[in-house]
Amino acid sequence: MSEIPHLLVHEHADNVGVVVVEGLAAGTDMLCCVTHDNSTFRLTAGADVPIGHKIALKDLAEGDTAIKYGEDIGKVIAGIPKGGHVHTHNVKTKRW
Amino acid sequence: MASKYSNMTVKAYRRENGRVGVRNHVLILPVDDISNAACEAVANNVKGTLAIPHAYGRLQFGEDLELHFRTMIGTGSNPNVHSVVVIGIEPGWTKRIADGIRETGKEVAEFSIEQNGDFETIRAASWAAKDFVHKATEVQREECNISELWVSTKCGESDTTTGLGSCPTVGNMYDKLLPEGITGFFGETSEITGAEHICQKRAINEEVGERWYAMWKAYQDDVIFAHQTDDLSDSQPTKGNIEGGLTTIEEKALGNLEKIGRTSQFIDILEPAEMPGAGAGLYFMDSSSAAAECVTLMAAGGAVIHTFPTGQGNVVGNPIVPVIKITANPRTVRTMSEHVDVDVSGILRRDMTIDEAGDALIEMICRTANGRNTAAEALGHREFSMTKLYRSA
Repeated sequence: MSEIPHLLVHEHADNVGVVVVEGLAAGTDMLCCVTHDNSTFRLTAGADVPIGHKIALKDLAEGDTAIKYGEDIGKVIAGIPKGGHVHTHNVKTKRW
Repeated sequence: MASKYSNMTVKAYRRENGRVGVRNHVLILPVDDISNAACEAVANNVKGTLAIPHAYGRLQFGEDLELHFRTMIGTGSNPNVHSVVVIGIEPGWTKRIADGIRETGKEVAEFSIEQNGDFETIRAASWAAKDFVHKATEVQREECNISELWVSTKCGESDTTTGLGSCPTVGNMYDKLLPEGITGFFGETSEITGAEHICQKRAINEEVGERWYAMWKAYQDDVIFAHQTDDLSDSQPTKGNIEGGLTTIEEKALGNLEKIGRTSQFIDILEPAEMPGAGAGLYFMDSSSAAAECVTLMAAGGAVIHTFPTGQGNVVGNPIVPVIKITANPRTVRTMSEHVDVDVSGILRRDMTIDEAGDALIEMICRTANGRNTAAEALGHREFSMTKLYRSA
């Protein structure tokens, strides 16, 4: 891949991806890569998001399920716009 | 079927019981906390020995005492250890541990402090330790097949890059080397929570899967739910995990489970510090998710090399087992490179495949087995942390 991706997504079923570059700024036209088959797409970052943190691939509403690895990783507890930062302020485990 | 890994060999130490070790320690092993000072004095007198002080060994009882003995005997029995000087306050438990280690066929000398005092004990034990050092330093490495290695794994300071890069690297290594006949260990009972339905399916058959689930459920009920005071969102994931971008225990568990690859299945379940008894293959050890405790338990179970994926940069080591650090996080490579043995950050840039990363780890396992000191060894990380099940009498 000639251009280094900004965001990696495990599976096509996922609705969140992981920022893999340092210093990602809001407004960046991100190259996104689905690691399952190395297919790519583009998405605009909606916030400054640190490396390792997640970004929503589509609009997520309160009560939705966050999907990563093609699996349920928790419930959305506050709406997240496409391109927005996904973390403990808007997603929580369903366990406890 | 032969693969390109089938004929790989390493230069290692073949022990009396046939097991293969990659280090050649003369261990000075305290039975209990109050024998630490004598052990450290012996290690100071005799160069080339290693004392491993710890906090326990008095007034323990029941299952907790059994775990103490298993950890002590397992540590001394590890093939990375050439011979052992055991020192305890009284002769009874000292003999039990020394005899347990003797079953491997290696040389063990035991000393107890009561009626002798520290001075006389240190004098006598130093003579034994010196004799062991002379013998150990004359032992030669010999050619051994890679399949004879017992390789454990546990990740630490995980973040989202561990699930993307360093854990799949370990998984790829297991998918390649388990078919060659190595013995593997994974565990971290609390960190499977959120992916227990997937882990259960990775058992070799339904019976093992059911026993695994019962073990996991007992941990949830007896430890987590019995002692929780809050919703655990600050403990699992940890503050470090959250800083690194992990949001929930489910997300952490799914990344953790990447360490057993795509095809590997576990053949049995081990108690903490238990040695595998069902032949070569992958084992799940019921173990803490705290790094030093988990590595200590797996070393007591007989692992001779530990593979340790990290995201945010855990620095843990072990006194007798080399801990190989693997990270895919480019920031950790930039800020903490003195702790990194295998840099797989190319996976995140998509200029390194998981297959290539797995091969890089296998190469580092061979180099480590041949004698290369890991970052943790070079930096003096010798964390020996025993697991305690409940308070002493």
